[in-house]
Amino acid sequence: MSAVTRTMTHTATSTQLSPTRKARNLLMGALITLATLVVVAPLILIFFYLLKEGIGAMNADFFTKVPAPEGEKGGGMLNAILGSLEMLALASVIGVVVGVAGGIFLSEYPRHPLMPTIRMISDVLAGIPAIVMGLVAYGLVVLKFGFSGLAGALALGFLMIPIVVRTSEEVLKLVPQTVREAGLALGLPKWLVTLRIVLPAAAGGIITGIMLALARVAGEAAPLLFTAFGNSLVNTNPLKPMSALPLEIYRGATSAYDENQRMAKAGALLLILMIFATSLLARRFSRRK
Amino acid sequence: MITPIKPPPSRKRLTSASDRVFEIVILLLASIIVLVFLMSIYQLGKESLPALREFGWNFFTSRVWNPVTREFGAASMIAGTLVTSLIALAISVPLAIASALYVSEYAPKWLANPVSYLIELLAAVPSVVYGLWALFVIAPVLGKWQTSFFTDPDNMAALTRCNELWQSGHTSLQCFFVPSAAAGRGLALAIIILTVMILPYTASVARDVIRLVPQDQREAMYALGATKWEVVSRAILPYARAGIMGGVILALGRALGETLAVAMVIGDSQDILKSIWGNASTMASVIANQFGDAQESLHRSSVVTLGLSLFFLSVVVNYVARIIIARLTPKGIQ
Repeated sequence: MSAVTRTMTHTATSTQLSPTRKARNLLMGALITLATLVVVAPLILIFFYLLKEGIGAMNADFFTKVPAPEGEKGGGMLNAILGSLEMLALASVIGVVVGVAGGIFLSEYPRHPLMPTIRMISDVLAGIPAIVMGLVAYGLVVLKFGFSGLAGALALGFLMIPIVVRTSEEVLKLVPQTVREAGLALGLPKWLVTLRIVLPAAAGGIITGIMLALARVAGEAAPLLFTAFGNSLVNTNPLKPMSALPLEIYRGATSAYDENQRMAKAGALLLILMIFATSLLARRFSRRK
Repeated sequence: MITPIKPPPSRKRLTSASDRVFEIVILLLASIIVLVFLMSIYQLGKESLPALREFGWNFFTSRVWNPVTREFGAASMIAGTLVTSLIALAISVPLAIASALYVSEYAPKWLANPVSYLIELLAAVPSVVYGLWALFVIAPVLGKWQTSFFTDPDNMAALTRCNELWQSGHTSLQCFFVPSAAAGRGLALAIIILTVMILPYTASVARDVIRLVPQDQREAMYALGATKWEVVSRAILPYARAGIMGGVILALGRALGETLAVAMVIGDSQDILKSIWGNASTMASVIANQFGDAQESLHRSSVVTLGLSLFFLSVVVNYVARIIIARLTPKGIQ
């Protein structure tokens, strides 16, 4: 007891800091807190700005009508909402199949001679600007078949691949080796162990990765500018030009007409809400696992 | 009565055959990743060829970008890309590291996670939405400040002086900060919005590596009687610096390729930049603004060459980031 008291007094006397050290400590603490406020402020400002400006335009028309002709009032974003959903669904087919297979390859065949190459290329692919992927999809699809939702979906799918590869590799590696060994010891072939035991065990994390990838590409407008191109009418045919929310936001925000700008703000609010919901849900999901 | 178990040898044969098929299927699917990469190089390379043949290395050093005279040089856009990215990086890195330190060292427990969430959401905001906000909210504020700048006669005199200088094709550091119009848009706004956009990349990498700094490291410093700032600056930051550097380079990669937000606010001028308030363009913004309208084949090819350069630039930047992280990081921090 007395020993404890003695130590405590000792600590108390020895932390008599020189004023400069104390001042610097306080100053840096304050600066760091202030900087954090500066970092978070834009997010809050953007969110409330869009809420204030966009909520009024989010009526039934917004979800059920196509944009009004330039300069006229009314209209909605049905074409963009449907186009976004369809292109994201198509992009997921590419992104999920290739991405998850890539993740399985990197985690289950670590000694394969091609493994370092594929890992490096998938990492490098993650840094390629979206607009460059738009140029690639333009060359691959648009030059031969014209502007189409499919070309846009291809660009978005390419952008999804590295994100899905990275996250699925990481969660697959978290599945304990003993689980795989248990499956193999039961006489199951490796492919059954991978598909029926390892993959389901990592499913939560993989779905999180897919959702994060979707949230990331859902807001991309740059690669759609000259692939999906945009369409002021509802179009569900993937071989024809198609609109998307980010595209309509871009057109509206750079338009001179108030009504288009109002629509862009409402569209931005919807997009941001969808993306935030997806990311938060994904985080929730992964945390519970 | 005991039923005999199915003899294993036949199953074993079946097993290895099916494993082989599975491996090949997975390998083929994973090879699509390599295919996408090679296809991208091929596509961009093929379409860049006419411009590269016509201009050679001059494409990267010439300042003239004129679709009418069919002369294309990318020096102004390369300069625009580097200036916006590097200044944005210089502003955002201290802020990002500070916020990472706040979340991992300073914040009370109940606040750390929500703040982390918010910073990650910052990365989820799409480029167009940043562009929209910059156009409608920040540009008017900058414009108002620029208007007030011009009402001062001294400033007008400075502008006249700078105008003469600019006309002769030169600039000075002083004139670099003189606005030439009250537009709000321009290089400065692009830098502001880029700063915000790349913040979360550095911040989340920095946060992760700071969390991985061993607790012993902190406790040892505290035991020596160090203040919190001393622990942070001498025990945590040096230990995490390689990882943080990786995050910085990752953010640089993002900044170089960031497109629409910049394209919407930078003013799209292909002249070499004279003032931080003036209009400019980046490689990505030129692709976004011109590719759709580029009917003429040399113009189109020149725009694709910008894309090819951007492609290689981001490959190199990302590769360097990985090497730095792998080389400098102490074991346990990746």
